[in-house]
Amino acid sequence: MTEVTTRRNFLKMGAAGASVLPFLKAMPASAQGADTMVVVVGQTINSLDLHRSGTSRAAYQVGINCYDRLVSFGTKEAIGGGLSYDYSVIEPELAESWTVSDDGMTLTFKLKPEAKFWDGRKVTAQDVKWSFDRAVSVGGFPTVQMKAGGLERPEQFIAEDDDTFVIKLDRPSKLTIPDLAVPVPYVINSVEVQANAAADDPWGLEYLHTTPAGSGAFKVTRWSPGEQLVYDRNDDWAGGPLPALKRVVIREVPSPATRRALVERGDVQMAFGIPDKDAAELADTIDVFSTPVENCIHCLCPNFSFEPFQDANVRKAIAYAVPYEDIFQTAAFGRGLSLYGGEAEIPEGDIAWPRKTQYDTDLDKAKELMAASAYPDGFEVPLSISLDLASWMEPTALLVQEALGKIGIKVEIEKIPGANWRTAVLVEKRLPLHLENFGGWLNTPDYYFFWAYKDGHLFNSSNYRNEEIEELVDASLHMEMDDPAYAPMIKRMFDIALEDLPRIPLYQPALNVAANGAEGYEFWFHRQLDVRPIKVT
Amino acid sequence: MQASNTRLRAVLLRCAQAIPVVIGVVVISFLLTRALPGDPAVYFAGVMADEASIEETRVAMGLDKPLPQQFVAYVSDLLRGDLGMSLTSGRPVATDLANRLPASLELTLTALLLACAIAIPLGVLAATRPGTWVDHLCRVVVTAGVSLPTFFTGIVFIFVFYYILGIAPSPLGRLDFIYLDPDHITGFYLIDAALTGDWETWRGAAKQLILPASTLALFTLAPIARMTRASMLTALSSDFIRTARAAGLSGHKVLYTYAFRNALLPVVTTLGMVFSFALGANVLVEKVFAWPGIGSYAVEALVVSDYAAVQGFVLAMALLFVLLNLIIDLLYTAIDPRIGFDSK
Repeated sequence: MTEVTTRRNFLKMGAAGASVLPFLKAMPASAQGADTMVVVVGQTINSLDLHRSGTSRAAYQVGINCYDRLVSFGTKEAIGGGLSYDYSVIEPELAESWTVSDDGMTLTFKLKPEAKFWDGRKVTAQDVKWSFDRAVSVGGFPTVQMKAGGLERPEQFIAEDDDTFVIKLDRPSKLTIPDLAVPVPYVINSVEVQANAAADDPWGLEYLHTTPAGSGAFKVTRWSPGEQLVYDRNDDWAGGPLPALKRVVIREVPSPATRRALVERGDVQMAFGIPDKDAAELADTIDVFSTPVENCIHCLCPNFSFEPFQDANVRKAIAYAVPYEDIFQTAAFGRGLSLYGGEAEIPEGDIAWPRKTQYDTDLDKAKELMAASAYPDGFEVPLSISLDLASWMEPTALLVQEALGKIGIKVEIEKIPGANWRTAVLVEKRLPLHLENFGGWLNTPDYYFFWAYKDGHLFNSSNYRNEEIEELVDASLHMEMDDPAYAPMIKRMFDIALEDLPRIPLYQPALNVAANGAEGYEFWFHRQLDVRPIKVT
Repeated sequence: MQASNTRLRAVLLRCAQAIPVVIGVVVISFLLTRALPGDPAVYFAGVMADEASIEETRVAMGLDKPLPQQFVAYVSDLLRGDLGMSLTSGRPVATDLANRLPASLELTLTALLLACAIAIPLGVLAATRPGTWVDHLCRVVVTAGVSLPTFFTGIVFIFVFYYILGIAPSPLGRLDFIYLDPDHITGFYLIDAALTGDWETWRGAAKQLILPASTLALFTLAPIARMTRASMLTALSSDFIRTARAAGLSGHKVLYTYAFRNALLPVVTTLGMVFSFALGANVLVEKVFAWPGIGSYAVEALVVSDYAAVQGFVLAMALLFVLLNLIIDLLYTAIDPRIGFDSK
């Protein structure tokens, strides 16, 4: 669709959808109406289909703005200003209502009768089934994410009639319904795709790559990777309140300095994902939202496969030597939340994660612990960082290097190219001391522990294994959070993890968004821009 | 007639000579990209991918096959004009190059024209009046040009002309979002807009071009001005100029017909070199001005080991350089008739 848009029919499309839009041949920027927003981003949107392998993170926003899911999350006030999605509230999007069977194994969704795809066809349960089948069948990221909610095989999805969609689970899980609200399980116009896809491409991967076919609030009218993406509003959207914006232009500007100048001057209304430094400096002049990313921690990870780190005293010595406040101010410019200097005793029923640890910078204590360890004279260790994440990793690594030098650990910083980083840190798990930044989409502590503390799991880059943690995570992962057994299990997990320290929490990072003339920005766990609630002023 | 035939034959011969070069480039770019550290399958399977999905991605990308087999597949695609799919942009490499190469060429050529317009007169003036203020000005400009990195000049230009003075348009790439791209004819926005008679878009594109082209021009004019000055000095102090002056020819004639024409050869050589490094070096300018050019494309592709895109870039550049060398050789013969093709 985007490929064949010529100037003439493009203008017609604009005229049909919205009366006055500044996409005429030329118009001064000041004439930009109150229904158009320009956003600058730093990353490339390289596909319009999230399910395709190789789709960049920045491209997930198309899945959010152009497609609907069955359900969505509510809205709440965010820490640090602005709004945030609310993990605890599930709201309807394409589903009008849903019921869960008494054993928790069968979920039945009633679709909104008024929901239509862009081509005018009604959204049916068959479309939902086809879309879910696709997500669990194409492999790669969508399949992994579906699995997190217990959605693994096409047989689990049943279209009972046009309006009734049923999911059969292998076991009840508190993660299933939230997992239906993440960007992955979106509903695709299966009839349109099957009519247009090539015979050897049953899931329409090539077709949807360039041509979204959904029912969402916005359609893509122009897309040139590396340059821009243009959304136009779908006036018949049934998934929620009609967005105020008629057109949103996402422009790609790689240089952060240029992005900053553009938003500061007010020529664009929003700069999405700006560096912490710019956020700190712009906060006085324009609206800056720095929302701490839920369930995400920047960590220093001592690897258990490196012998000195098997010594608990060494790991604790490091935890007391790390200059937390300096790192938080230098690497994060005070954006996000610091995680040091808390109470060791976790109050009954407190399951907040990320949480303040009992550690604080205390060199005397660190030296004592080193002296008590098997390595009183210290040792040498490389500290690995990724060049792709150098903006926070490099200053952090330098401060850690300096601090550990004071307790006799000689640190050499090793910079690893972005293309190799993942293999080295997560797959081979071979880096003795490294920085890591896992964040879980589903906001429960057990989900974080599942990925980051269980032996062999992807983000457990420290090769940590603790039998009790293994059992506790397995037991709590699918348990309802209001189950009386849940909170004590989580408390025990926190106690063990913060005592054993396979990951030393440094701080909770923030997602920074600068707005100049736009309001209603809402933070989402997927860290992409949801343009639907935004208005320009 | 005879002469033009010889020239045509010489051009064809040069093109034929380029074939082994291109074959070499194809082989080397293939091997070098494979030698890059990093595993594209892992990268493109995504952060949460498990072993099985990485393997699926590897098979889908054809990376599970042995190298010779991959090479044969690559070459046979290449012969059909298929450069493969870029994973970073999600589009065919040929499409990407067709969009981005003109963007880079437009920027580089404009910058080079601008640089020549300033550097050559400046160099000539500096050579004819050594030690005067013009000579010193030339030296200052040249020193500033080489010592200021382009990304720095670019950011300063944006800061001054866009942010403070507000006279430059938003640094948003080739066209502000309020314009539509002109119909694709050559890919050069200025030319396309002019051909379709769309002068509003032409002005829009020209405005966007001024700051990045000036940034790049400042960087490229240094070697051109230095070379013009030096070769003019050599020419002016040579015997035939003395003879010409003694013969009573006018100063104008001596300077432009005799000295300048002779001084032009090294300048053209320098121009060719400047053009080639400017095309590669403008990646920083592209980043700062959000210019969708070939440099930033190649760098991003390299970072994630996007084989097809890197190979396509190297191949396109190799062909461009073959062409560039040919043009420069032809220019030599036009400037200096003593240089024939036969001697090459």
